[in-house]
Formats: sequence, C-alpha cells, structure tokens
Amino acid sequence: MNAIATNLPREELLAMYERMLLIRLVEEQLARDCAAGKLPGPVHLYVGEEAIAVGVCRHLDDRDWITSTHRGHGHFLAKGGDPARMLAEIYGRASGICGGFGGSMHVADFSKGIIGANGVVGGGIALAAGAALAAQLDGDGRVAVAFFGDGAANQGVLAEALNVAALWKLPLVLVCENNGFSEFSPTATVTSGRIVERARPFGVPGIEVDGNDVLAVWQAAHVAVRRARAGEGPTLIEALTYRTRGHVEYEVTFLSEPYRDEAEVEAWKHKDPIPRLASYLFEHELAHPEELHAIEERVAQIVAEAVRFAENAPEPDPAGARGHMFANPR
Amino acid sequence: MARKRMIQAMNEALHEEMERDPSIVLFGEDVKASLFGDTKGLWKRFGPERVRDTPICETLIAGMAVGAAAAGRRVICHMMFGNFVYTGMDAIANQAAKLRFMTNGQIKLPITFIAVSGGGRSAAAQHSDAIHPVLANLGGIKVVMPSSPADAKGLLKAAIRDDDPVFFLQAAGRGGEPGEVPADEYLVPLGEACVRRPGRDVTVVAIGSMVRPALKCAEALEGEGIEVEVIDPRTIVPLDLDTILGSVRKTGRLVVVDEARDTCSFASHIAALAAEHAFDALRAPIRRVTVPDCAIPFAPVLERAVLPSVERIEEAIRRTLKHGGRS
Repeated sequence: MNAIATNLPREELLAMYERMLLIRLVEEQLARDCAAGKLPGPVHLYVGEEAIAVGVCRHLDDRDWITSTHRGHGHFLAKGGDPARMLAEIYGRASGICGGFGGSMHVADFSKGIIGANGVVGGGIALAAGAALAAQLDGDGRVAVAFFGDGAANQGVLAEALNVAALWKLPLVLVCENNGFSEFSPTATVTSGRIVERARPFGVPGIEVDGNDVLAVWQAAHVAVRRARAGEGPTLIEALTYRTRGHVEYEVTFLSEPYRDEAEVEAWKHKDPIPRLASYLFEHELAHPEELHAIEERVAQIVAEAVRFAENAPEPDPAGARGHMFANPR
Repeated sequence: MARKRMIQAMNEALHEEMERDPSIVLFGEDVKASLFGDTKGLWKRFGPERVRDTPICETLIAGMAVGAAAAGRRVICHMMFGNFVYTGMDAIANQAAKLRFMTNGQIKLPITFIAVSGGGRSAAAQHSDAIHPVLANLGGIKVVMPSSPADAKGLLKAAIRDDDPVFFLQAAGRGGEPGEVPADEYLVPLGEACVRRPGRDVTVVAIGSMVRPALKCAEALEGEGIEVEVIDPRTIVPLDLDTILGSVRKTGRLVVVDEARDTCSFASHIAALAAEHAFDALRAPIRRVTVPDCAIPFAPVLERAVLPSVERIEEAIRRTLKHGGRS
C-alpha cells in the first residue's frame, strides 16, 4: 500500500519546506554574487524547481545514489550536501566540496551518495544506470536516481538507459525536470511528443507530475523509489515546472534579444512551490505563520554562516593545480 | 612456461581476476558469444549477474562503467572495436577521465576498458583506427598496449587491479599469435617498458602492434652488423620515459614506429620528448614511421601500402645511420 502525501506528518512537510527554502536562499545569494561579479565561473540556478529535488530526495538516504545536471545545486542540497562547502566550491576555494577543482557544475559528495552535478546535458543518465547496476549487485535495496532536464531527454542515452534498465530491472528512477527550455530554446521547438510517454515502448511506467507541487512530487517519487527498492525496475517521472531565471546567470549580457515573454515568466512566479506549500500548511492548519517565519530565520542564519565560511575560505594552492588525476600515479 | 595464444592469455587473466575479486562485473556487446575469444567461458563460469551482454549502445555502457565504478564496483567494459569507442566518447572523455579529478580525488574509478585497435585485417576504415593517441591525450586514462601473450596476461591483470580507468588495447588480428606464458601468477606493472632486443647503433621504439615488424627488421639488419635496440613501451600512459631516454643516450639515434596516423601520433610525442630531454645525445634527426593522414583502406594491397612495414622501418633506420658516423 502506498503512503499518501496528503496524510504526511506535519514534521515531514515542515522539513520539506525548510529544505526548499535552503536551496532558494543559497541560490538567491549566488544570483547576487554573480551580479556583483564575485563568481569565477557561470552558475545555472534552480529557482522555482526546488520541489522536484526535495520531493524526490526525501525518499533517499546517504547510501542511495543521485546524478545531477549543470543546474545541480538544488539536488546537492536536497540530498544532504553541506551548503557552506558547496558555496566555497562555487567561489573556487580550497575548502570547497571539491577543493576548487569542480565548481558549480561539478559539486559532488560521494559520502552523501551525490555522484555529482554534470556539465554535459544527459551525462548523468548513464552514470546513474551504472550506479543502479552496482546497487543491484550489492543487493541491499539501494536505488539510483538520475535528475535531468527536458533538453537531456533528447539525448539518445535516455532511450538506451530505459532499454537496459527495463531489461535488467535496474533500481533506477529517471526524473526529468521539464522546465520549459533547452538552454535558450523553448521545449516545444526542440521536443516532439510528451517526454513521459517515452517510457511506454520500453514497458517502463511513466508518471507525469506537477513539478511545482512538492506533495505531488513526493507521491510520484514514493511510488517510483518503492518499485526500484523492491527490484521491480525503473520508472520515468516527468515533473512539469518552469525555469523562472535564465539558462545561465548574466545571460542578458550576451543575448541580443529575448527568447521568451516576460508575462509568461511572471505567471509562473505565481506558481512558486515554496509559498504554495506554505498556503497548503495554513489551509490545513498544519502550521502557523510564526512557525514558518522561525524556519525562514533559521535557514537565513544557516545561509549567512555558509557565506561567511565560503568567503573566508582560502584559495587553493596553485602548486597543487595538477590535482588528483590518478588514484595510482606511477 | 607454456605456449599460448594472446587471446588465451587474456582469457586466463579475466578468469583469474574475476575469481580472485568478486566485486568485478564485466559487460559489453556479445561478451557471451565473444567475437575475439577473450571473454569466452566467463558467462558460464561467473553467471549472468557478473557477466552481462549489453545491447549495442556504447554511450550507455561506457557511462554505466563509470557509474558502477563510482558506486564501488571494479568494472571490465568490453568495447569490441576501437572505433566504437568514439560512440562512447562522452563517458570516456568527459566522465571517466575527469570525475575523480573534478571531485578532488573523492573516488577511485577502477575500470578496464578492452578494445581491439588498429588495422591489418581488411576491416576497413570504421574498424581499423589505432585509437591510442586520442585516449592518451585525454589525460585521465591509462593506455596499455601489449605486444606478446605473456605481457597481455600480466598487463591485463595489472590493469584490472589498478584503481584508475585503463584502456587495454589488443592489436587487431594479433589475438592468435603464440608465445611463452609463465605458469605461475604474475603481474606486469603499468609504466615499465621492456627492451625487446639490445643494440648499440639505433633505438627503435615500437608501440604495440609495431613491435613485431620492428624485431623482424632488427633481425634482418643484424647480418649487416647493424645493432638495433628495440624498446616496447608496453603502456603509453604512464610512459616509461627513462628507459627510452637511456637507450637514446646510448645509441644517439631514434626511430619511433607507431600504427597511428602521422598528425599527433604517439610517435610524435615520443620524438618531442626525446628532442627535449636528450638533444645533446642525438647524432641524427629523429625519424617516425607512422600511417599517412588518411583513413585505413579496405583492399589488402591498399591497406599494406599505408601501414608501417618492415621495409619502411628499415628505410628509417638506414636514414638515421647516414648521420653522425658509427660508434
């Protein structure tokens, strides 16, 4: 029997609220940092899509694996990654989670099962399938989740992964975050049909879900993760959402003309998943405004401390720039 | 010692290592049927969990190798023909070669990719590339190129036990070549070249499949009193530069033989290193024997015309001997 998201305990809902807010505040900080010219490289923000990472990762623990995308801060934080060390990484500091070798597009923490963000669109799908194979051989109920976008759904590797994962009943959950854009191309101009239906010919269940409704995402992921843990094979979830910020921060500095209607962006901002969960909590008398306010203050404090840590972190030593290429160097 | 074919030696290495380490999983296209014979019997011995036939989808299987290794498995991924590596190149170049580096050494990626590489069998242009220069240039991939059955076994076992991504490139069409293979267990460490034949007049560094024609040529020249020292690097990443430079300092002459296309061949890299580090010892210009910058043609007579031959190696050696007098 599947659990029902609407019967979730209050504590679970508040935990999801807090985690979504953490992602939001960290990324709003990054948007300001980018505008101020403080970041050494590009950042791709997840603002407005937080419900997907949080609704899925609530079902995972540190031993489960995730792979992520170039828009990967939200997945990293949802899976339990440390915001201070993530920010230090994005600032290019030695105490960053990858020592300053990876940056925004490669934040990873294997101790938390985070195989990492990935700079190649679709690059994480095969890695997650491989982690799912390892999990299957280990036989201890672990699962692997691949987060990817609608752009990545057009890479052939998605079909390849659906085929093999279905054949081998891999404990794999494929989560497509359809945010409406492949970089600067509206999804409809580069994508035929519905992505969720791409599961069907492989005999894989497909679930389409409102990606701005964390309870709906929680519900879909609950079904998919349970199925994977039970050895019944993969599931494709298509979470419909919207990228309210650009493909990459500072894109206005190089784009010659707008690629979307501002009214569309504004309309989606009203579907923001964070106030939406707050409204749900109030409507069902599961939380008082003061409680959410206390959470907001706590998260703001965590983010302020993370920023302080990252800003004060030392730069890496250039003498070590050749890094850890090989585990067994000659 | 027992006389075995190279493919048998590889097959033994795979059996022994999979027996020794239950964390190893092996997968690839038709590994059960085993086109070349190297994976023959593994499915029967180790079962369908650890030995898996995959669909023909190199993008996925190369990426799965990385994901499974990142998640704690020791992986052997059979890519069949070297040219098919190009289809799996994102996972190899962007993921396998970089994931450890980008994450500051958080993980090891113990993956052995196996492929045949090079021409000589009328397999035509899309099955005959010598892919080692491409792989060596990625930086995070070790590249093993055995030239004998004994080395094939010892190097393959070492590659499997190594904690980094390794490409094991078997020279195309050479799996049937016999040689003496030690009976007891042994490893050939990565990064140690072998002096196949000592000599004092000219150093010939021959890569992988080129060792055999280089040795034939050395034998032929012996009758004229020309002593050719033949060095087999065995692995090009890591490269045993000390052995190469030591030989060049002794002979003062260098010929590098490589089945790769001329532009950015691995021979070019060895020539550059020798010029940088042993210029003072050189008595003649370095010569490279490579494949011209064309695709590998199909008809045997055409293919033979582009692959390095004993004759072309001999010509290169004679040209270096015109310079600087004899020691």
